Amino acid sequence: MDTCLLLDAGSGGLASQRLTAQCFLRHFANPLLARLDDAALLRDVHAPIAVSTDSYTVTPLLFPGGSIGTLAVHGTVNDVSMLGARPQYISCGFILEEGLSLELLESLVQDMAGAAKEAGVLIVTGDTKVVPRGACDKMFINTTGIGSIFADPTPSGHNARVGDAVLVSGALGDHGLTIMGSREHLSFLSDVTSDSAPLNHMIAEVINAAGPVHVLRDPTRGGLAATLNEISEQSGVSMLLEEEAIPVHESVKSGCSFLGLDPLYLANEGKCICILPENRAEDALAAMRASPYGVEAARIGTVVGDKACRVTLQTRIGGRRILSMPEGVPLPRIC
Amino acid sequence: MTFETALHDPKLCRVLLARLTRALDGRSMRFMEVCGTHTVSIFQSGLRSLLPASITHLSGPGCPVCVTHDVDVAAFLELAGREKIVFATFGDLLRVPGPGGQTLKHAKAAGAHVEIVYSPLEVLTLAVSNPDNVIVFPGIGFETTAPAVAATLLTARQKKIKNFCVFSLHKLVPPALRTLLDEEGDNAANIEAFLLPGHVSTILGIAPYAFLADKHRIPGVVGGFEPADILLALCRMAEQLRDNAPAVVNAYPRAVNDAGNPKARALMEEVFITTDALWRGIGRIEQSGLAVRPDYADMDAAVRLGVRLVETPQQQPGCCCGDVLKGRIIPTTCPLFGEKCTPAVPVGPCMVSTEGSCAAYYKYLEH
Ligand code: SF4
Repeated sequence: MDTCLLLDAGSGGLASQRLTAQCFLRHFANPLLARLDDAALLRDVHAPIAVSTDSYTVTPLLFPGGSIGTLAVHGTVNDVSMLGARPQYISCGFILEEGLSLELLESLVQDMAGAAKEAGVLIVTGDTKVVPRGACDKMFINTTGIGSIFADPTPSGHNARVGDAVLVSGALGDHGLTIMGSREHLSFLSDVTSDSAPLNHMIAEVINAAGPVHVLRDPTRGGLAATLNEISEQSGVSMLLEEEAIPVHESVKSGCSFLGLDPLYLANEGKCICILPENRAEDALAAMRASPYGVEAARIGTVVGDKACRVTLQTRIGGRRILSMPEGVPLPRIC
Repeated sequence: MTFETALHDPKLCRVLLARLTRALDGRSMRFMEVCGTHTVSIFQSGLRSLLPASITHLSGPGCPVCVTHDVDVAAFLELAGREKIVFATFGDLLRVPGPGGQTLKHAKAAGAHVEIVYSPLEVLTLAVSNPDNVIVFPGIGFETTAPAVAATLLTARQKKIKNFCVFSLHKLVPPALRTLLDEEGDNAANIEAFLLPGHVSTILGIAPYAFLADKHRIPGVVGGFEPADILLALCRMAEQLRDNAPAVVNAYPRAVNDAGNPKARALMEEVFITTDALWRGIGRIEQSGLAVRPDYADMDAAVRLGVRLVETPQQQPGCCCGDVLKGRIIPTTCPLFGEKCTPAVPVGPCMVSTEGSCAAYYKYLEH
């Protein structure tokens, strides 16, 4: 067998069939996918339905704590979950660069399969394209997730109310800093690990324990700062956060201070922000902390009535400053 | 409690704030911090919101990106766009606008080979793995960065790496402060005390700032970067002003030796020679920059690649970066601030760098 991917594998002919059978069907194995019809037939998705799609282009493909494969499942599972839905099925489209190592491809497909299994979702339909060398960077994956919504009313960025508690399910910044560190081979960041994780089970427990919540969001690109600013805008409220209460690992703090970055602006792939009435905050926190992915969950602030829609940080020394919307990609500083 | 946490301790900060208020004794104080890292720390820690109202805080010409002149930006954009050149730079240079708003990001999109690096030594690895290209590293920064760049040149020579050169735009802090204070009349600086840069001083020590107190009777205090470090430095300034006893002192002895770091200075002197330099918003300052010595001309991009410096049109009309860098106005006074000039569409470099004072005002203060 070849050791690297040839253009033929995207031809739709026998070479494609071989790749599908030996790699995708084997690892994603489930009866819905195995039928290989033009579309998957799903009988147990009930309205209202949450659907979300995302494309994954991360470099490098493998990083401490995960890979493009785990990310492609976790990211989409989490997006569907944030609507108070139970993610059930996933579709995936691969765009692969000619010459990609088949061994690497298979290990990433295994990562996807493992992540799907943990999250309890099935990968039921997919597509593969192989593009000439140079037309993409090794591998891009698009996944779409679908699931039935069980939370009523559904959480939404528009629903934050004055007096609500703002919770976060764990420490911030690990994923963003890990990617930067492994992309640039920064050895001093060797002790940071991506937080990539499926949050669907934890979220179901939170809603079970605390009842419907007002807002659920995962602070991916742009980090906590971008997500909270978006929610403030959408809901027409402001937020006051306690810097001291925001969990950030020491390794992330020191890495960030060296590079002139702010952990509150870095991406997370296994964290959620939950905003809900104050009197149910403790129940939600307890449910988060009972999950392996929410052990460091904390209440970090409160929704306040100021119409300016701004997020203010009460700093460790007792001062105040704005936590503003980020501009573009965080770039490490000179010095 | 780690040392760093201790210096964020609210109780310690309250004690120092009380000492500061006592020393001010109702008087006002206009101080300038020279270093961009101080600027960010003062805002990010929330310290600014706690300072007595009678303190005016000005940010000086200490952000290396902010003081890089249009002429130099135009020159490195031209370099980056050439065939067979890999332009290896620290990340924050990517967004610095040159003439016509062009940046390295634009150059990159148009096909220039731009690589982000995190240390000058990393550039040598790039050079080895790109034998068919010449790697150009823009040497931007102050006395803090220059020794590391000098060490890189020496290593390149020792390892016989031939496809590497530096476009040296390094600048020196003391001549800039001298220039600010030598301005007269309408342009005269209105600064009562300096918070001197912690990192630069680890190299220079305190002697090069002696003229602040000797000639201008202005206190200069070298300070660290945690909130309590900065508060302590402010106390020392206010006390000197109260006692009418200006001096240049080191309030950051855990990192800064009064004599600086002679080894690092020797490295700098081996490789670089002082030269006139262009500062954005300030103009040409005599002997305020570092050029590569002729002995190392093979690694001097200006010589080896024949960099052409072309006069550029005046900076954007309305941009007051010069006044901001000289501490004559605070950023919000600039008519473009927050309207035409934001971090998304920066008009001047003070809005680009995370350490720029306009960017800090925009990011951390209500406006
Ligand atoms: S706000 Fe913008 S235009 Fe005004 S001085 Fe600052 S950088 Fe220049």
